[in-house]
Amino acid sequence: MATPTMDKVEAEAAASSHLITVTFRIRRFNPEISADAVWEDFQLEIDPKERVLDGLHKIKWDLDGTLTFRRSCAHGICGSDAMRINGKNRLACKTLIKDINPAKPITVEPIKGLTVLKDLVVDMEPFFQAYRDVMPFLVTTGNEPTRERLQSPEDRERFDDTTKCILCAACTSSCPVFWNDGQYFGPAAIVNAHRFIFDSRDEAGEQRLEILNDKDGVWRCRTTFNCTDACPRGIEVTKAIQEVKRALITRRF
Amino acid sequence: MKIHKYDTVIVGAGGAGMRAAIEATKRSRTAVLTKLYPTRSHTGAAQGGMAAALANVEEDNWEWHTFDTIKGGDYLVDQDAAEILAKEAIDAVLDLEKMGLPFGRTPEGQIDQRRFGGHSRNHGEAPVRRSCYSGDRTGHMILQTLYQNCIKEGVEFFNEFYVLDQLIVEEDGVRKSAGVVAYELATGEIHVFQAKAVIYASGGTGKFFKVTSNAHTLTGDGQAACYRRGLPLEDMEFFQFHPTGIWRMGILLTEGARGEGGILRNKDGERFMEKYAPVMKDLASRDVVSRSIYTEIREGRGCGPEGDHVYLDLTHLPPEQLDAKLPDITEFARTYLGIEPYTDPIPIQPTAHYAMGGIPTNVEGEVLSDNTTVVPGLYAAGEVACVSVHGANRLGTNSLLDINVFGRRAGIAAAEYSEKADFVELPENPAELVVSLVEQLRDSTGTERVADIRKELQETMDANVMVFRTEQTIKTAVEKIAELRERYKNVSVQDKGKRFNTDLLEAIELGNLLDLAEVMAVSALARKESRGGHYREDYPNRDDVNFMRHTMAYREVADDGKDSIRLDYKPVVQTRYQPMERKY
Repeated sequence: MATPTMDKVEAEAAASSHLITVTFRIRRFNPEISADAVWEDFQLEIDPKERVLDGLHKIKWDLDGTLTFRRSCAHGICGSDAMRINGKNRLACKTLIKDINPAKPITVEPIKGLTVLKDLVVDMEPFFQAYRDVMPFLVTTGNEPTRERLQSPEDRERFDDTTKCILCAACTSSCPVFWNDGQYFGPAAIVNAHRFIFDSRDEAGEQRLEILNDKDGVWRCRTTFNCTDACPRGIEVTKAIQEVKRALITRRF
Repeated sequence: MKIHKYDTVIVGAGGAGMRAAIEATKRSRTAVLTKLYPTRSHTGAAQGGMAAALANVEEDNWEWHTFDTIKGGDYLVDQDAAEILAKEAIDAVLDLEKMGLPFGRTPEGQIDQRRFGGHSRNHGEAPVRRSCYSGDRTGHMILQTLYQNCIKEGVEFFNEFYVLDQLIVEEDGVRKSAGVVAYELATGEIHVFQAKAVIYASGGTGKFFKVTSNAHTLTGDGQAACYRRGLPLEDMEFFQFHPTGIWRMGILLTEGARGEGGILRNKDGERFMEKYAPVMKDLASRDVVSRSIYTEIREGRGCGPEGDHVYLDLTHLPPEQLDAKLPDITEFARTYLGIEPYTDPIPIQPTAHYAMGGIPTNVEGEVLSDNTTVVPGLYAAGEVACVSVHGANRLGTNSLLDINVFGRRAGIAAAEYSEKADFVELPENPAELVVSLVEQLRDSTGTERVADIRKELQETMDANVMVFRTEQTIKTAVEKIAELRERYKNVSVQDKGKRFNTDLLEAIELGNLLDLAEVMAVSALARKESRGGHYREDYPNRDDVNFMRHTMAYREVADDGKDSIRLDYKPVVQTRYQPMERKY
């Protein structure tokens, strides 16, 4: 095994582990105190290899305990901490300080299009309602087999991309159509419909397509690709929406 | 204060809670109280797979799986429970597939299987392919699939409700569960849930360690609620340190990486596991591998300028294989370390991962108030519980199995109980304890800060009760925890509001961690032997004569209000397997 490579990695690691001073500019809102949202700046020392979430924790734990945000796993799996960082939707736990130009203030705001409840916490209920509305579960008819249903690796691969969704709402809350009209199902719900429509075991594709054929369904998509850019799981969201649109036209999936 | 009435209340919406909810909702009026949105639960972070002897890709049977589980647990496993786990594993996997779980597939279209640590053919002959998986996202798929099926079944969720107290009422000389008290994050309102049956499925306690794979929210709330009401906690000294956490961060890199052929190497590039486990090598059980890693580090063969980690080497595996089988963990290496796993090895160190101990239950998920007495109406399943199928060390892929097998069992048992049983009358002032806890913290003008105490707790736990322990280190931890518990009485929060007061909740969670850390350390101090995840350098051998028994820790409160821990012991259930020396 190539030890020189290791040395290189170590050297790089050692070189960049020093603290820098950064400013977090956070959109604060607490209706118990004021009806208006305000920007508040916090300065802190942080290792640039740390996450934005680490910065938020430093603020909450050392400077201002009232700063409120959701988080859990801290490594991009649970989907709790989607927020608008420097104007783009990202997970705070998957965004490293060094990757977002720490020389300038780092702006952190709640995701858009959902009612802000306090600081970075938004009302997720409309988002989950849209998800529930697309029948996000396997539907089959007839007798269940005694063993597993068979599915070829190719058929399994067909919907692999959309199984990765963690329901963080980064995509839906980056969508200009959703901002203007909260009735639109939004990319995440369509992604999850896609996950079942293209699952060879499922038998409710037609029903889901009819749900998405609604005036608030897939046809509202303007193909701006914001959702694909925002997805922290790397799902090709816009492509999935296009595939659903195509399935609606051809009725083949 | 609001009062709700349900037949069955489930606390927690990870894998165990939602698997229970699917069963309970079909049979009884059920509410699920969860401090997170269900899909945020840490089941979603599990990666490598779920064990079941499907024998889809090579010869296997559930008896071999039972043996491996018992041996993996260093013979502290209750063997009747392990047999149920292994036997029901097959249906548990098939049930998930029928619910829609997108498993990896063989060319024939069956569920594919891979190797995993400690799982062997014919009682230890060679590694066997028993883990059913979906890439390295098996936990994510289980969590999503169970949530999807909860939607299908119309399960009623109370999201962001923190259960802070377990109501226990004595009726005709029997202590019974009357319900739970919860705090609603959005409003600060306190809710009493009267229920015929309560199931705890609230997960682990890993946040009392600093380097951990656990989520920030894994603070042992269920264990603490029961413990404070006089119920015992079993085998809390047994905590699993997963060999491959990302160096310094603790983020989990699945054992599946070694199942796919990944190799652990020290600074000389040596495949050191060959020395410690000649047959299973890198796929020995987790306690063995974690100790081996630290032995390498202590003997000066660790990597990096400080020699404080080793490498997980995947560079010899084809990139296509990494993309297909290990997409998430390779991305973690890129995102958090800036390392390309195709070409560079990944720095790792053991990370606090899983509580083998917890609330004692029988195989129906019924909670025990001593070695044998059931608490009517109280159930637990998953990491919060101790059945005990994991004994002194859990095998990889047996936790996703545990939550499905025992989550289902608890859900059925609880709902069937609530069909027959009556409500237990609530105590006169059911929310008293929670109200005073919340008010005290919110009104406190104390000078101690939550973050400081938590940091000191995590540091002492990492330094003193991790992979290697001695009487002296454990005593240091016990003393430090006692000091921190004193200081905690003087803790205050900055956020005095009602709305989304996470500052307050973090303070309450810290109180839970402190109580549970003390139980862990005191239990560890008394166990003067080495077994599974509990390794005492001053007692390096397993001692079956004196310690082939489960620890049962009880909280006792003296007349002056001071609490202390009383330890008792419970026999291990042995059926057909005699304890043997454990070799891999």
